[in-house]
Amino acid sequence: MIKAAEAMVKCLENEGIKVVFGYPGAAICPFYDELSHSDIKHILVRHEANGGHSASGYARITGKPAVCIATSGPGATNLLTAIATAYMDSVPIICITGQVCSDQIGCDVFQEADITGAAEPFVKYSYLVKNAQDIPRVFKEAFHIAGTGRPGPVLIDVPMDVQQTMIDFEYPETVSLRSYKPSAKGNALQIKKVAEAIKAAEKPLICAGGGIFLAHAEKEIKEFAELTGIPVVSTMMGLSVFPTDHPLYFGMIGMHGVKTANHAVGDCDLMILIGARVGDRAVKSPSWLEENTKIIHIDIDPAEIGKNIHADIPLVGDCKCVLAQLNEIMEKQNTEPWLEHLREYRSNIPEKPAEKVFTDPKGFLKKLSEAAPDNTVAVADVGQNQIWACNNFKVKNGRFLTSGGMGTMGYSVPCAVGAKLADPSAEVIVICGDGSFQMQMMELATICQYNVPVKIVLMRNEYLGMVRELQTRMYADNRIAVSLGGDPDFVALARAYGISAERVENNEQADEAIKRFLSSDKPYLLEVMVNETESTL
Amino acid sequence: MKHTISILVENHAGVLSRVSGLFSRRGFNIDSLAVGVTADPSVSRITIVADGDEYMVEQLEKQLNKLIDTIKVRSLAPDELLSRELQLIKIAATPAQRSEILTIVEIMGAKIIDISPSTMTIEISDTTAHLARFEELIRPYGIKEIVRTGVIAIQKGADTIAVKK
Repeated sequence: MIKAAEAMVKCLENEGIKVVFGYPGAAICPFYDELSHSDIKHILVRHEANGGHSASGYARITGKPAVCIATSGPGATNLLTAIATAYMDSVPIICITGQVCSDQIGCDVFQEADITGAAEPFVKYSYLVKNAQDIPRVFKEAFHIAGTGRPGPVLIDVPMDVQQTMIDFEYPETVSLRSYKPSAKGNALQIKKVAEAIKAAEKPLICAGGGIFLAHAEKEIKEFAELTGIPVVSTMMGLSVFPTDHPLYFGMIGMHGVKTANHAVGDCDLMILIGARVGDRAVKSPSWLEENTKIIHIDIDPAEIGKNIHADIPLVGDCKCVLAQLNEIMEKQNTEPWLEHLREYRSNIPEKPAEKVFTDPKGFLKKLSEAAPDNTVAVADVGQNQIWACNNFKVKNGRFLTSGGMGTMGYSVPCAVGAKLADPSAEVIVICGDGSFQMQMMELATICQYNVPVKIVLMRNEYLGMVRELQTRMYADNRIAVSLGGDPDFVALARAYGISAERVENNEQADEAIKRFLSSDKPYLLEVMVNETESTL
Repeated sequence: MKHTISILVENHAGVLSRVSGLFSRRGFNIDSLAVGVTADPSVSRITIVADGDEYMVEQLEKQLNKLIDTIKVRSLAPDELLSRELQLIKIAATPAQRSEILTIVEIMGAKIIDISPSTMTIEISDTTAHLARFEELIRPYGIKEIVRTGVIAIQKGADTIAVKK
């Protein structure tokens, strides 16, 4: 017999967990006590939400569920934003929370919160463990549910007395869930219909979403596009599916997407949506598309098909399996006239005059990405910085991570910490604004404590730029609550933590600063001075 | 249009809140919801009646299916189902009115289950439409209280909705 708390740690070890992100408190102390005897590395974040975001970054790079931990009550409620963020982007994280003792649940005792109730709308599944003997099964199921089908966060809430109960421990080898059996392979008849529709199309277009990464289908989608010669656009979550300069890739679609990609959507006669849920920011008018284009929708979640857009040919399945099935029967198509048509859009984009006094954020990000290593992981925050990064950071063979669905400010730095720990060989670069940075700057301490060499580009325009732009356009330039007048000297702030930092005042200083930024093997912050009038697009 | 949907779910704590939470979260309008354990004690059956178009029903079914605890979802067509709802009605009734009320109750297939000097309590189990007709007939006496269970439904003939073994 062992303590359930020890069993929880053993469950994590059995799942191959090497790193966890968390913040302790009284109700989770039994677990922490046992964690100290394990080889699992614990990263003490400086806010529970950041623990969730770090787990998210870790999970997105490894492709496997990652773990974050919080205590009961406020610790757990602080996690909520991270859980919701992971849910919207289908990221597999396991959230372990301590809960007050079983006999006190419902009595409103100190640091009690009904976290399984509160998190219900944002979790793929949740457990409130009442019987300690259920721990091994619950953990096994939680990892299975989080990581399979359409991935998502799973919450395990464990009362303190349950953690201290003695149980027999044996980690189950299999999961038995009669009600959860996600389908992987695509229906053969539907596959045939898809193939026929593609062969009949003159102007087919692939729209790749974040589902490609979740299914680990990066190789298959490249093969599919290159085999057939079909051009590719991506959603924000699908960014980095293709290198930016791939001849078949035409950029990100949507409200903040590039013109070429949106023209491609408008002109195509067949839209092949793969692992994309047609969110409102990606496709503003699904009904227009329905009327003007034939639509194939491939997704592992049947509930996504027909939710935001009607599909002429729905195909439920795991992208990796479905694309492999398609690659067996597809062949080269004559898409050259269609590609030529799209290339014309690309060449007709006029260059805007460059910023003189401040640093041009778009040009800066282009330069930075060109100089960055091949496997760079770019992590964009939310706001103007996100769109600047989406459209100007040239991805090579690395990844582009951001909070696409929820649009959670303060995601980038903790996500980058997780990403860097998941793949220490990759250069991990944060792109954030002065607004979003101040929602997460406590994580500089985490970066220092564990020496996680993430690089941070902080775009300083002393405004919540995207809201400011919205107020300018839609509210007669009535700028309210968007000035960040209290900004500190971020270079001095970083240095106070012992992090190297410098300011980039203008374009002339950019090249040298980028050189120093990228050649450092330690955490590094660049405070990039941006004109407050700089536009998002 | 009204739709009757049967859902088989795991019979454990929290499942009903997951199902009912989904309705408000996704903006579905539910007329009634009834839940009870099935022949297999590990499985509960939820019957809901929802109002909406085909798109709504398709979405509702898909979202319900997506819940980890959902074992099966089946939308029942109006011509293939038998439905019942149990209603308890307390009406004002003076001793002089009792026999008149009793006649209506007998004709409509209801039952008197309690009586007091000023009231009668009636039990009726039938389709929603029949319950509505009965309510109209009884209304003039003065309805004091109505309690109803929500609709439950089963398929006609030999068809069943069961968990695959």
